[in-house]
Amino acid sequence: MAADGGKSTLIIIRHSPYGSALAKASLDVVLANAAFEQAVDLLFVGDGVLQLLPDQDTSAIGVRNISRQLGSLPLYDIHRVYVDARAAADYQLTAASSAVELHLLDAGQMQQLMVAYDHLLSF
Amino acid sequence: MIYSLLVLSSPVSGQVSRAAAEFARSVIARGHTLHRVFFLDAGTVNSAAALVFPQDEPDPAQHWTELAQTHAVELIICISSALRHGMLDSVEAERYERPSSTINPVFTISGLGQLVDACMQSDRMITFGG
Repeated sequence: MAADGGKSTLIIIRHSPYGSALAKASLDVVLANAAFEQAVDLLFVGDGVLQLLPDQDTSAIGVRNISRQLGSLPLYDIHRVYVDARAAADYQLTAASSAVELHLLDAGQMQQLMVAYDHLLSF
Repeated sequence: MIYSLLVLSSPVSGQVSRAAAEFARSVIARGHTLHRVFFLDAGTVNSAAALVFPQDEPDPAQHWTELAQTHAVELIICISSALRHGMLDSVEAERYERPSSTINPVFTISGLGQLVDACMQSDRMITFGG
């Protein structure tokens, strides 16, 4: 999965978008990996899938809109993200309602995904 | 085996950053190499020079200072998180016209490239906190 000499990293996103600064921090780490041409993918689990909800409006809370930043992932050659299917169902997130292409995984598939990477970073 | 750590939690909320410091010590005690500890988001508060804990509580700064001074572990704090949390070295304090440095000098301010590099150089990257 990694290009020559590099390592592959899966960024696991567990937290809702605006309860802390972790969503922003995780995205910064994704973009830094992309900038250094390291293989990086994203997996949204649990409350983390809330970051993918459409029509987020942060104008009243004075922070940057995470969904807009996630929408820019294709510019960094990240065209799809992995999503915990159970959490997506719980939060009524569907593939059609998101800014980026979502690849839904069940628990077994998430386990298989995680072992395929050199590193897991969890936010 | 070469390890690096990513620390996301402040030493003033919960046990996570203490667990990270203990883990770091164990890595070294078992003969592995601890390449770098990278502090991001609230984790940057671990570098604060002026935290004061009650006398009957352990001072978390001691763990990190010992790791840096005794075992030459690199302690890197992310610059954008550090600035937001008021963690400045003398260069940043001068640049942003703040009265003085606020960090323990065993920590170094740098960019996220140091986290990417730590992933490339290490067999294991362990996240603490978040």
